[in-house]
Amino acid sequence: MLDQSDSYLTEDGRRIGAVVMEMKNITLRFGGVVAIKDISFDIREGEIRAIIGPNGAGKSSMLNVISGFYVPQDGEVLFHGKKRPPMRPYEVARQGIARTFQNIALFDGMSVLDNVMTGRLNYMKTNLFQQALWKGWAEKEETENREVVEKIIDFLEIQAIRKTPVARLPYGLKKRVELARALAAEPKLLLLDEPMAGMNVEEKEDMSRFILDVNDEFGTTIALIEHDMGVVMDLSDRVVVMDYGKKIGDGTPDEVRNNQDVIDAYLGVSHD
Amino acid sequence: MSHTAAQTLSGAGQFLSVPALLERNATVYADRPAYREKEFGIWQSWTWRETAEEIDALALGLLTLGVSEGDFIAIIGRNRPSLYWSMVAAQSVGAVPVPIYQDSGPEEMAYVLDHCGAAYVIAGDQEQVDKVVEIKDQLENLKHVIYVDPRGLRKYDHEHLHPYREVQERGRAARAEVGGELTTRRARLSYDSTCVMLYTSGTTGRPKGVVLSNRNVIESAKNASEFDKLTEREEVLSYLPMAWVGDFIFSLGQSYWCGFCVNCPESPDTMMTDLREIGPTYFFAPPRVFEGQLTNVMIRMEDASRLKQRMFHYFLAHAKKVGGRILDGKPVSGSDRLKYWLGNLLIYGPLKDTLGYGRIRVGYTAGEAIGPEIFDFYRSLGINLKQLYGQTEATVFITVQPDGEVRADTVGVPAPDVEIKIDETGEIHYRSPGTFVEYYKNAESTASTKDAEGWVATGDAGFIEETSGHLRIIDRAKDVGKMADGAMFAPKYVENKLKFYPDILEAVVFGNGRDRCVAFINIDLTAVGNWAERNNIAYGSYQELAGHPRVLETIRSHVEAVNVSVAQDEMLSGCQIHRFVVLHKELDADDGEITRTGKVRRRIVEEKFADIIAALYDGSEQVSTRTEVTYEDGRKGAISATLSLVDAKVQSAITRAVAAE
Repeated sequence: MLDQSDSYLTEDGRRIGAVVMEMKNITLRFGGVVAIKDISFDIREGEIRAIIGPNGAGKSSMLNVISGFYVPQDGEVLFHGKKRPPMRPYEVARQGIARTFQNIALFDGMSVLDNVMTGRLNYMKTNLFQQALWKGWAEKEETENREVVEKIIDFLEIQAIRKTPVARLPYGLKKRVELARALAAEPKLLLLDEPMAGMNVEEKEDMSRFILDVNDEFGTTIALIEHDMGVVMDLSDRVVVMDYGKKIGDGTPDEVRNNQDVIDAYLGVSHD
Repeated sequence: MSHTAAQTLSGAGQFLSVPALLERNATVYADRPAYREKEFGIWQSWTWRETAEEIDALALGLLTLGVSEGDFIAIIGRNRPSLYWSMVAAQSVGAVPVPIYQDSGPEEMAYVLDHCGAAYVIAGDQEQVDKVVEIKDQLENLKHVIYVDPRGLRKYDHEHLHPYREVQERGRAARAEVGGELTTRRARLSYDSTCVMLYTSGTTGRPKGVVLSNRNVIESAKNASEFDKLTEREEVLSYLPMAWVGDFIFSLGQSYWCGFCVNCPESPDTMMTDLREIGPTYFFAPPRVFEGQLTNVMIRMEDASRLKQRMFHYFLAHAKKVGGRILDGKPVSGSDRLKYWLGNLLIYGPLKDTLGYGRIRVGYTAGEAIGPEIFDFYRSLGINLKQLYGQTEATVFITVQPDGEVRADTVGVPAPDVEIKIDETGEIHYRSPGTFVEYYKNAESTASTKDAEGWVATGDAGFIEETSGHLRIIDRAKDVGKMADGAMFAPKYVENKLKFYPDILEAVVFGNGRDRCVAFINIDLTAVGNWAERNNIAYGSYQELAGHPRVLETIRSHVEAVNVSVAQDEMLSGCQIHRFVVLHKELDADDGEITRTGKVRRRIVEEKFADIIAALYDGSEQVSTRTEVTYEDGRKGAISATLSLVDAKVQSAITRAVAAE
């Protein structure tokens, strides 16, 4: 396997750095149900790391552990080598982690622009009163943040819907807006919960391209959960495979593809 | 300083090339805006002085890359200032810009790049670079590729690939070494040196490279600008393909001649919003754009409140009555004028604003015939929409409609300095300062199109109306045929009538040499989809909607209404449609069924769907067919469908006995 500290170059010339986040023997229980059982893996700087597995394997729970939303009963999460204490969501965001959700969580009545602007919240220092007056510092601050947001809108090619209320958008575009909002926070680690769920082939291709571009252009580390095996294998540098809360495989897409446990979990085992 | 004064001051005949015009504009109109592009939600703008600097830097950069005089530089991408600058920079160093349709697939692109032997390519973004990279092994002459938008291209092998900004930087840095060379080359440009080479999309055969000289472009731009009294204060929105001669003349030729500002939309999807924001004073669009906008207005009005709907229809009816007459300066009673003024306040004004035509002075439609009802709709609102007739080989202008002499059924009088004659077969010929130099590497075609005296055959059939001196186009000469009984067959005439219905996007009529006419129909997904939604009709795909019995019923009623109208024309009453089919796919440029500018390639459609045509004539109720389709990225697939063939009622004409069904 990989050396823990060294960085290396991928085939297509991207630099994968040191470990940024490490899961050590994570176990997560909901009452008597064990959602995650003794799982360890790491995420390296600049890589696209996928977590895959059949329904109910515990993928979303895992993502919620990474994001700090769930605190595991056993095991520890090391972020930049330090043990991470339980945190509130805004503290997580300030650490440079942003996410999207499996079932879109945007503000339906607000325009795309306003939705994406909410992603800048952590960069805004002025208070409600100042913003309402829209003078001096508040105006300057909004202009600066708007500039960042506009670059993201341009990057994700959603200029045409800038002023459209989110409720009126089709599903695939809503997903893209969610990604835009997450990017607006300028995260170092981006968590994507099934970014391609429910999309048609063309939308999936678009989304894949955007994910690769984000990683390439901004150097953002990406951890994603996905059902679509084809997409995952094309996209990721390394893949963790989960089944019934346990880790059954971990490695490059090729290694995972040839892993017998993974094949069994996905294709089923014959009982004769 | 006014436009005319500027020209008399320096002498109109002194600007023998586009770079020379640029130099003038950078002095005379130095601080006026030359280009705007919406980026990051804001209109960024460049004055003529800044434009000249940008072009200069790029031209110098091209010299450092080793561009020689006479090299062809292909330019591929959507309308952006940097790509317009690329064309002028190419001209500045004595190279020939060749704009290429940005939606062409790799194969089409390979043909064109190979045909002109392009040594350099300036591409808009990764998508275009990818296509060039894919075909680069077939292109022996290709030396360097320059790209504007660096996104996604960082990891590419940069041995022969350069970012646009970097080429400009190199140019600026090397001004001392190559600046003199640039001045020399610019000075060598003459009125007869090549200004641009444009590939005609062509409804038949391979594209041909039309070589246009500075004389062609500047004379045409000058004549047309004077004809419509354009000044440096015009605003245009350039959104039509850069490879199309229309865009080249409007956004480059006329802009440089007059010194007016060219505005580039943020992305193709935002065109309508950008149009509204800019409010162009001079606008050019193929009929499709006007049709699409009208359809949209009508659909959106259905969602409006009762009161608004009533006002809308009431005042629109009034506009229909007097609007066109007011625009033409004809006498209209005082009370009608007052009512029109009120309508303008309440309906026409806001509507024009929404459409982006609030400030329009001159609008043109060309490329295809426009439905008279659509044409009159815009004119009745007070929009000075006119028609012109032209082609690439004429540097656009053959005939234009003068203000006050605008009609839906003619294409106007010969443009300034254009001579027209109609030969014995009815084909239109012209001769003008815009007449093209030649088809590149195709002496045979050049000779068969342009005779020794400079007359060019247009391939269109038409006649000059004796009463008004206006030209009327009947159809493509080769499309006009005869029915089995000798009556005239002019498919376009009927198709245009069909296409006026918002539900019908495209129609192709067949019947040459036959006893009856049949038609293919493409439904308009926006209009029909909206109708389906209102009527609770569920559909899963275009194909399913197109085959829905109630859709077929609606289309039949349109076809029958068109038959009634066609029957009234004695000469063409034989062109009534007896049977039709609603096609399961839209005719598409990627499949070669229409050209990149949206004209139907009749022969190809006829061959490709021969089985359906046969079924239309043999009386069968249904036909099963399988059609190959090409996706945008060049992959191929096939769709199968069983289509219903529908009979339509025809009218018996007075002079001709038509066998009724």
